[in-house]
Amino acid sequence: MLAFLLRRLASLIVTVWLASIVVFTVLQLVPGDPALLMLGVNAQPDTLAALRSQMGLDQPILTRYLHWAGGLARGDLGVSLTYARPVADLVAERLAVTLPLSLLSLVLSTMLALPLGLLAAARRGRGSDWAVLGFAQLGVSMPSFWIAILLILLFSLTLHWFPAGGFPGWSGGVGPALHALLLPALALAVPEAAILARVTRTAVLDTLGEDHIRTARAKGVGRMAVLLRHALPNALIPVATVLGLQISFLVAGAVVVENVFTLPGLGRLLYQAIGQRDLIVVQGVVVLLALFVVLVNALVDIACALADPRPKGGES
Amino acid sequence: MRRKLPLSLHLGAGLTLLLVAIALLSLLWTPYPAEQVRVVARLKPPTAAHWLGTDHFGRDVLSMIMVGARNSLAVGAAAVGLGLLAGVPLGLLAAALGRWGDEVVARLGDLVFAFPAVLTAILLTAALGAGAVNVVVALALFNAAVLARVTRGAALAVWRRPFVGAALALGRGPLSVTLVHVLPNIAGIVVVQATVLFAVAIVNEAALSYLGLGIQPPSPSWGKMLGDAQTYLFTAPLQAVFPGVAIALSVMGLTMLGDGLRDWLDPRHRSSGVM
Repeated sequence: MLAFLLRRLASLIVTVWLASIVVFTVLQLVPGDPALLMLGVNAQPDTLAALRSQMGLDQPILTRYLHWAGGLARGDLGVSLTYARPVADLVAERLAVTLPLSLLSLVLSTMLALPLGLLAAARRGRGSDWAVLGFAQLGVSMPSFWIAILLILLFSLTLHWFPAGGFPGWSGGVGPALHALLLPALALAVPEAAILARVTRTAVLDTLGEDHIRTARAKGVGRMAVLLRHALPNALIPVATVLGLQISFLVAGAVVVENVFTLPGLGRLLYQAIGQRDLIVVQGVVVLLALFVVLVNALVDIACALADPRPKGGES
Repeated sequence: MRRKLPLSLHLGAGLTLLLVAIALLSLLWTPYPAEQVRVVARLKPPTAAHWLGTDHFGRDVLSMIMVGARNSLAVGAAAVGLGLLAGVPLGLLAAALGRWGDEVVARLGDLVFAFPAVLTAILLTAALGAGAVNVVVALALFNAAVLARVTRGAALAVWRRPFVGAALALGRGPLSVTLVHVLPNIAGIVVVQATVLFAVAIVNEAALSYLGLGIQPPSPSWGKMLGDAQTYLFTAPLQAVFPGVAIALSVMGLTMLGDGLRDWLDPRHRSSGVM
């Protein structure tokens, strides 16, 4: 197990390092002068020179990378051109929206998927199984941003139950903040729940075919108890693995859905930074999101390895 | 005995063929030119003249959806085609080379998976500007990583089979074994995966076009149409429905086609499929 953990840690470090190189290199592809691109053709020469110096454009590319990566390691992501504030501060501020939004959507998708997957497996081939599979097929086919628009149409514009966008902040209380986050979280949760419900159903069905389940049934354990106490815990490993893999889709979905609801989160910050040509913000936010995805995938791998008693192979 | 084709394969193939037919038809005919602006007829509900109504520029929504199908298919086909061209040889090479090749593909996969396709497209847009080409590159990178991983896994299983050992013993080289024995045996799995990735590419293209980072106006895109429709949600709510239905039906068709193909090629999966 220790060897597996060390190998996974080494792979994590290599991936993080390569990801930082990719982000840095792609933004060097900007045609012409990046400082001129950011400030526009009417920029004053001294402002241009100051920005070039801040971005290290007067230094060799390797020095620039080492300087940037060193800052990244210390939590220094540079200073935003648009907001004239450290990018790390902006990110911390926006995380107060993106993090609860992602967590809420994860909770909602799991709360929807596990009972639906269990129900479908328990009643395989019957009407409720087909209904769950139908929901799953529909859920994976509908992009989260379209679900978001439909939710706004129904719950905001027609029923007036939820706001169509914006975020009141946490200072006004948890209730109003969660009220504003519920529709976006639901829009993100539905496609995730559709995938998870299918995985749960398959995993539970696979587990139900195993010897220990037959033994439990033969010993007189009730059907529901077998499902909840024996099949579900065993099925949670593939479910957790898929949940981990879904994190990257969740990150991508959050970027788009935050823009549908004009939520001041990381996705909105990133989108606005592109419009404002604030490459320093783009660089910082993209690298952080990539690190987050890598870290979550590694944690899921480790959690699954700890939960799975079988010997660990070399497969990644 | 001939195996019965799964229902999902029929439905998926039907929907996908319909999508392709609409896209091809749009090359020859649309009810109106998709880019024709008629401000006097803006935001009209569905009528006999405009079956799906008109948008905020008075453009015919049905015509835009037809051309949008073509654009979506083109981006999806390019992203999956490039992904296949890069990913399959890489996966085959990794399986043939053994440990080191495996390690390189695994690490490259980890790196690409660190960047969801939407994030890669945003990064490329920030550097090079918005446009369909950057979307295709971003999606193709992601597809190549997925296909390399799937190909490698499937090819490794074939390399362990006795007939490959026999072919090697008869003096066939690794390249010949890969082309003659491995590739035909994994083609089904790769096709199934490519079909699913096609569906993912359509969703991602729509999301990026919604943000204004994908296909650029005046060329119609389902995602951009939804983005525009959101502005007029109160006055013309149906405009936010039709492009979404087009995306959902296309994705449904392709995922059902993938599921159906997988069930047909490997009946052990039948219990987990949707149909």
